[in-house]
Amino acid sequence: MLAKRIIPCLDVRDGRTVKGVNFIELTDAGDPIELAARYAAEGADELLFLDITASYEKRKTMTELVLKVAREVNIPFTVGGGVGSVSDAAALLQAGADKVSLNSAALKNPKLISDIAERFGSQCVVIAIDAKLESDIWSVYLNGGRIQTERNLFDWAKTAENHGAGELLFTSMNHDGTKNGFANNALKKLSEIVNIPVIASGGAGSKAHFADAFLLGNADAALAASVFHYGLIGISELKHFLKNQNIIIR
Amino acid sequence: MKIAIIDYGAGNIRSLAFALERLGETDLEITNSGDKILAAERVIFPGVGHASYAMLQLKKYGLDTLIPKLRQPFLGICLGMQLMCNQTEEGNVNGLGIFDTSVIKFKPLLKVPHMGWNKVMWYKNPFNEVIPSMEWYYFVHGYYAETGVQTVGLTEYINDFSAVMRQDNFIGCQFHPEKSGAGGSVFLEHFLFDEEMFSKKGETMA
Repeated sequence: MLAKRIIPCLDVRDGRTVKGVNFIELTDAGDPIELAARYAAEGADELLFLDITASYEKRKTMTELVLKVAREVNIPFTVGGGVGSVSDAAALLQAGADKVSLNSAALKNPKLISDIAERFGSQCVVIAIDAKLESDIWSVYLNGGRIQTERNLFDWAKTAENHGAGELLFTSMNHDGTKNGFANNALKKLSEIVNIPVIASGGAGSKAHFADAFLLGNADAALAASVFHYGLIGISELKHFLKNQNIIIR
Repeated sequence: MKIAIIDYGAGNIRSLAFALERLGETDLEITNSGDKILAAERVIFPGVGHASYAMLQLKKYGLDTLIPKLRQPFLGICLGMQLMCNQTEEGNVNGLGIFDTSVIKFKPLLKVPHMGWNKVMWYKNPFNEVIPSMEWYYFVHGYYAETGVQTVGLTEYINDFSAVMRQDNFIGCQFHPEKSGAGGSVFLEHFLFDEEMFSKKGETMA
């Protein structure tokens, strides 16, 4: 049977990982290649690199980084952050990324999803959705959660799937950073609405939270950043814990 | 070792080249030239793009008739393996007919594409017990090859399907060994260096 996936997320600015990393064995905690290789060796199933670089010139650094990651790392990885056109996606995929993740650009122009999917296949298009629950409505936000849109999480998820998205990465803004667990009810509903894999994001604080995302939220994969970077949860111990809950884990 | 990677003008094959480089192989030729393919010691037919487009490209370069005649170890990956079958529902095209089975679309009883890590159970281990059964590999596909007499490894998702097929020097795998961590690199290593595996072909086939 297909395994549930554990995905560490690495925030990258100007080719270096940001957010503190306190692994003592790393010679350079800011080196994304070293960190990626370490996560892969510990049993990460996939990696997500989120480019938070602001300027266009520096985005070229990201393409160079993707090339290095593809050379060193033998598991699949997704690159997101600022992918705004077919040519942005093409540059990353041709450098060796397995998937690209789109957020604001897809919201502004859903046709971009089908344009990329038709050229490179749905399997490489991840739609990242930041949403917040307010008075019983999950509203979708743009630009890293700064601008509220008219869109509802579930409608947008279905629309994205219809346009050819291969996977959804749903971040609950209510849960993100709280370390109180994932948005399991919304995750479960998402999985009922779409027939593509759903990645849970936002709220991981304990090993049990990952189990809940899979068992209660029916998520296909769970993503986290700080709990892994700060060494609060080790990937191999997490996977061991999940296997003991009878969750299918590699 | 001279390795030819068949180029049919679709998608990204850089990951495959990098995986081979990690195994110390740098004499790689990404090519659609029949002569270069014939001269290679190993031929890899990677898996990217759409079946009907890929078959058109193979025909354009005369590779549809050349490939079935090759005698050196040949590995088709993902779409590459699917195109080695009789026909595929993806674009309703005929394949190369090396594997006597059909490629069909998954019924959407679970999420499609089948994306992620899944296990392969050796039915007839092409690697003579060197590679353990139930090893994990990374899959991404919406179509699958039905099981047939040449199926040597099975995977279960919605139904059983052919994860690995073999006919003499021809091997096909549905998963991406270049993305399958340590297990995938062991698989590629055997394809490249396990001479015994190819010399004992008569024993592994029923």
